[in-house]
Amino acid sequence: MSIKRSLTKVHVIAGFFVAMLALVAFSSPVQAQDIPSDEASIAAGKSLFGANCAQCHKLDQKYTGPALRGVTGRRELPWIKSFIKNSSKLIATDADAKALFQEYGGTVMPPHEFLADEEIMQLLAYIENGDKGGDKADADGAATDGGAAQSGDSSMPSEYLTVILVVLVVVLLLILIVLGLIISVLTKFLNDKKDLDEDEKEYINQKTDLKKVFKSEGFILIVTAIVVALIAKTAIDGLYSIGIQQGYAPAQPIAFSHQLHAGQYGIDCQYCHTGVEIGKSANIPSANICMNCHQHIKNVGGAEGFSPEIKKIYDAVENNEPIEWVRIHNLPDLAYFNHSQHVKVGGVECQTCHGQIQEMEVVAQHSPLTMGWCIDCHRTTDVNTAGNAYYDNLVKLHGDGNAMKVADIGGLECAKCHY
Amino acid sequence: MKENQKIYWKGVEQLTNDPEFVKHADKEFPEALPLENEEASGSSRRDFLKLMGFGVAAASLAACETPIKNAIPYLNKPVDINPSIPNYYASTYINGGDYASIVVKTREGRPIKIDGNKLSPITQGGTNAQVEASVLSLYDKERLTNPYIGGKGASWEELDKQVIAKLKSIALTGGAIRIVSNTVLSPTTKEAIKNFTSKYPNAVHVAYDPTSSNGMVQANDWAFGKAVIPSYHFDNAKVIVGFGADFLGTWISPIEFTKQYGKTRKISKEKPEMSRHFQFESNFSLTGANADYRTPIKPSQEGLVIANLYNLLAAKAGAATMSVAKLDVPFLTKAANELWANPGAGLVVASSNDPYVQVVVNAINSLIGSYSKTINLSAPVNFRQGNDAAMTQFIADAKAGRVAAAIFFNANPVYNHANGADLADAISKIGLTVSTSDRMDETTSLVQFVAPDHHFLESWNDANPKEGHYSLAQPTITPLFDTRHAGESFLTWAEDSSSYYDFLRANWKANYFTKQSETGDFNMFWDKALFDGVFTTATPAAESVSFGGNLPVCASQIGKTYKADSKDVEIVLYEKIGLGNGSQANNPWLQEMSDPITKATWDNYFTVSQKWANENGIKMVEGETTVIKVTVNGKTLEGPALVQPGQAYGTIGLAVGYGRTKAGKVANGVGMNAFPLVAVANGFANYSITSGVNVELTSTKYRIAQTQTHQTYMGRTNVVQESVLAKYKEDASAGREHPEIYTSEGFKKPSKISLWKGHQYSQHHWGLAIDMNSCVGCGACTIACQVENNVAVVGRDEVLNRREMAWIRIDRYYSSDAPAGDLTAMEVAAENPEVTFQPMMCQHCNNAPCETVCPVAATTHSSEGLNQMTYNRCIGTRYCANNCPYKVRRFNWFKYHDNKQFDTNLSMNNDLGKMVLNPDVTVRARGVMEKCTMCVQRIQAGKLTAKREARPMKDGDVDVACATACPSDAIVFGDMNDPNSRITKMLQLKEEGEEKVVNEERAYHVLEEINVAPNVWYFTKIRNKDVENKA
Repeated sequence: MSIKRSLTKVHVIAGFFVAMLALVAFSSPVQAQDIPSDEASIAAGKSLFGANCAQCHKLDQKYTGPALRGVTGRRELPWIKSFIKNSSKLIATDADAKALFQEYGGTVMPPHEFLADEEIMQLLAYIENGDKGGDKADADGAATDGGAAQSGDSSMPSEYLTVILVVLVVVLLLILIVLGLIISVLTKFLNDKKDLDEDEKEYINQKTDLKKVFKSEGFILIVTAIVVALIAKTAIDGLYSIGIQQGYAPAQPIAFSHQLHAGQYGIDCQYCHTGVEIGKSANIPSANICMNCHQHIKNVGGAEGFSPEIKKIYDAVENNEPIEWVRIHNLPDLAYFNHSQHVKVGGVECQTCHGQIQEMEVVAQHSPLTMGWCIDCHRTTDVNTAGNAYYDNLVKLHGDGNAMKVADIGGLECAKCHY
Repeated sequence: MKENQKIYWKGVEQLTNDPEFVKHADKEFPEALPLENEEASGSSRRDFLKLMGFGVAAASLAACETPIKNAIPYLNKPVDINPSIPNYYASTYINGGDYASIVVKTREGRPIKIDGNKLSPITQGGTNAQVEASVLSLYDKERLTNPYIGGKGASWEELDKQVIAKLKSIALTGGAIRIVSNTVLSPTTKEAIKNFTSKYPNAVHVAYDPTSSNGMVQANDWAFGKAVIPSYHFDNAKVIVGFGADFLGTWISPIEFTKQYGKTRKISKEKPEMSRHFQFESNFSLTGANADYRTPIKPSQEGLVIANLYNLLAAKAGAATMSVAKLDVPFLTKAANELWANPGAGLVVASSNDPYVQVVVNAINSLIGSYSKTINLSAPVNFRQGNDAAMTQFIADAKAGRVAAAIFFNANPVYNHANGADLADAISKIGLTVSTSDRMDETTSLVQFVAPDHHFLESWNDANPKEGHYSLAQPTITPLFDTRHAGESFLTWAEDSSSYYDFLRANWKANYFTKQSETGDFNMFWDKALFDGVFTTATPAAESVSFGGNLPVCASQIGKTYKADSKDVEIVLYEKIGLGNGSQANNPWLQEMSDPITKATWDNYFTVSQKWANENGIKMVEGETTVIKVTVNGKTLEGPALVQPGQAYGTIGLAVGYGRTKAGKVANGVGMNAFPLVAVANGFANYSITSGVNVELTSTKYRIAQTQTHQTYMGRTNVVQESVLAKYKEDASAGREHPEIYTSEGFKKPSKISLWKGHQYSQHHWGLAIDMNSCVGCGACTIACQVENNVAVVGRDEVLNRREMAWIRIDRYYSSDAPAGDLTAMEVAAENPEVTFQPMMCQHCNNAPCETVCPVAATTHSSEGLNQMTYNRCIGTRYCANNCPYKVRRFNWFKYHDNKQFDTNLSMNNDLGKMVLNPDVTVRARGVMEKCTMCVQRIQAGKLTAKREARPMKDGDVDVACATACPSDAIVFGDMNDPNSRITKMLQLKEEGEEKVVNEERAYHVLEEINVAPNVWYFTKIRNKDVENKA
């Protein structure tokens, strides 16, 4: 019987390695070989990306559109090309494209028919290979997400990962071969033995029965374990994301464009958000601030009459009904965040937390606003002590050795934000 | 030394070590959790599944899209209002004759906190509990929202039309029109009333005070020809003798007096002098509790005691004595000697409303040269202008049908006048009745027209509390309801169409602008006065006056009224510092404030002495006592008897202000109304009933919700450390106990042996210093803390369950010199114990025992010396509270907000009440622990201001709510790392190597021996008592 058991074991182990190998093979990018990976292509792709895509896309982060890295693994190359060139056309015909379009709230991606195939390949080269580990701006968002929204943003460089995978595959293959050899040698040896009865012979010469494998306890156990783990992971990720509204970009009562006001016309943020240097809240501007300009500007591009959106401000003033903006950043009530501390004292740019607001047609929540995100920034940010006598004593005590982080002066203490 | 150890106790049950007390003493939480019997409760697996199913459904619902929240900015943002940034407005608190100059903090246009105005020469930045709590009255749902005619809502036009028509027809027939009010402090309102009375010449203004000082006015008229109440200067007095006058609590101008008194009680090595205070009284008042020598006397003796004091002094002065029966009570001769030894630095005050007694008080003050030094007759105060006789006459007239019209101007005589019941019957006989009250109270519900007045925080107004002192009140919020300033109502009914604001400005322009020479522009003058909140003209200096009273008449009157040894039971009515005369009775903060002396909440009761209780078989344990029935002149009141150490034997104390029936859901039915017991003698309201009192015991038991034995210290001795002045002069550390711990290397200071590494405070090190010598125990800090920190009101039942939420409590300790173990001596001492007040809040220990036991690190230490409490981390194990040696942590046993079961918690249970909440402080959820945060929200705001201005912090940038409110400056908050801060100087902190060392000998830590190293320091209590030579 011991022979029988050990043989079964060997079979199972071999089977397991086959499965592992399959998994490893499957997880490698399908079209990796088609995409150029030379530095020049990546650099060219980066500038293309910055000019055409960066308003709505990020490599490792959901934004107006999906996170793009790995797209060549998810979609066929022709599909990608036609989507980039004219997404509307593809959406009309392709079910996948339509689903994607709906997932991202029906925001149409403008056509890019001017892009040559070669340029698209460069873009994809940048998308797949560019800015590995994230550039600094991306890192803020990506690193702090704590693995909730994105998976596996490991600190290990990806080249190493590939090497390790290849080595693993080779080792697994070798083991598989060795195991196969052992099986054949054992079978041969046992067949040569004379004192075996029919039952045992039959057992030795049996072929691997797939049905039996699928029905075997071990297989069911492994499959169940994997399914349970996946469900648990999804559930936990889901639970962690409760209340996180990153990317939340609700429709506002007036289609106000930050891209136009802050971006194109370069109006200073504080012209409208008057509280940002003096108080806790930045202040949504009151209608009288809008009217400072809009009593003169009634329509876009100098056209006659009222533009329908600007008319809404006039209506609000005339009817004495304040504008009910939809609040985008809903920090929980238990956290006391103060804009003036960060902007006036800390000298933090608005964009650090709010993203490239001057490029947003519709404002979306850029940062997750989780405590992990706050804490992470407090750990990594230097205190803006320059010219501020309040910090003199602390700077002296801290010494010149290394920079004084927010965390060093109590920036991680509970009662700094919760009271 | 041990045998001289004083015994401290919080309640009689602790002194006698009653089993009931012992049972609870060692427990932070007195009762076991109500664990239900598994079988009986019937909860089953099925229930569990149901709950789980619900839980999953709820969780998945919660995971759905977050509800849309709107951000609605102003349409036209006022320049000076920024969301999240508070604005402060100087204004004036006026409630009848009660006054305080205040600064109102508003957030987004809502008043949320009242602080004292430091620019006021009268209240000098002090407040009291009633002032602090008054901001909640603004958001009281019981306020009237519009005018009423005949009980039905009406418009102002309709009301004015009908009222004016009726007034005119009454004026034609010559019918009597009466305006009935309490003291009116506002000169402009008086001006408006004058306009009214000149329009209707038959109109007369009748003012009365629920607790009257009319007798004093009369006495000053008789003695000096000035019918006024003078201003007092306790700060100039070295010897203070009080007869029943609770001048630190409720008498005349308590905030001002506490400020002055506090100054005379502060001592230091540079100034090792303090006033000596004698108090002769029947009830144990807050003032009596602060006295160095206190003698319980019966009210029937009061006149005689005062006359005898006069005689003792007259004998020394060689003046004629009064022929009254000789009566010597303990410390009377001593008081006389001291007064005589300090000419011009003595002050005698009495609360008696008997003018003959007050004349004798005047005579005493005149003999000892108080006028010109401690009393200023040239600067009279206007706090009590009521005329008892006029009011009694009004009610008699109404009864006889001689009054044609009565306008009740913010007065509620049906409730708070002795003859209120008569008035209630007679009100229907009056042709026109109008009330301006803010609610359908006992009087208002009986009148025809209701013209509700603004709350004082909604209105323009002014006040003239004292000769030469003026104070402006400005609206801090748009009127919430369709109400109108009563002054404007008077103007309208006098057919003067000007608004009250214009009228006020015109009055100031005509009368006060002319009194100054700083500016010639009225607008500048007005803006300055409005900014400061006060305007002071040159105050007439005190000058000596010649006493012209007729003492022989007084002697014969006193001889008739007072007896040296009456055997009757006598009743003394008093005001509680919380509820006062009951006008703010619907304010749950005041209802739940534990009385400084009795420590009772949510009730009034008969206070009786221990001896009397023993004789009558009344035993009180843990608040449970017998209900007694007291009958006076056919009026019967039934209520619990509270055994009060220090109560004069044979007297019963009873607080007014309770027993409201129509004040609102908080106040209605709480306690009993004592006003009907007020007697009228010689035309003056008399608050002590010396004869005809009949007391019956009932078999009913009742538990008074007292907090006094909650949070005790298990017999640890050095919580209170005290000494007497003479010993302090010899040795500044007199009274200090220096515990030492025995180690293998001999005895060591507890701070020298520690398992802890300690903390490094590189930037700030916040701390509190509390001077127990100047703390009078008034409790203003407790309400200030409640307002500032959104502390919940839990209601009477939960107080009985020992679940009050106050972050700062005032521990009141009784003590006596009686040797420990000598029970008889101790029982005698318990008849008149000494009192020590100790404000107790989180001590922010550097070696905090709570922090180490928290399993989830919800309570942690900050780099600035604070013990932080993070509500969202707390899972409610309550380990921290069990491990806290000071018992200052509070657990949220229930959800106190948005919960119908706690509907008395007005500030958290309706939209209107919630407007008072401080938006910078979280409203705590059920199941979490909370405690004093040292107002961390204020610290954060103060630090941020300094950072924004790119400068180091300076002392005074931040102050905590309790310290700001304190009228005697007993609590000092500051940065112990700042060498220039007040607290550093008070504690005389010096750097010695790594450590900061406190060099002030009086400063000590409570429970020093356990070395939890608090950041709160207490200063020993020093009594100005003579050292008695005991063998």
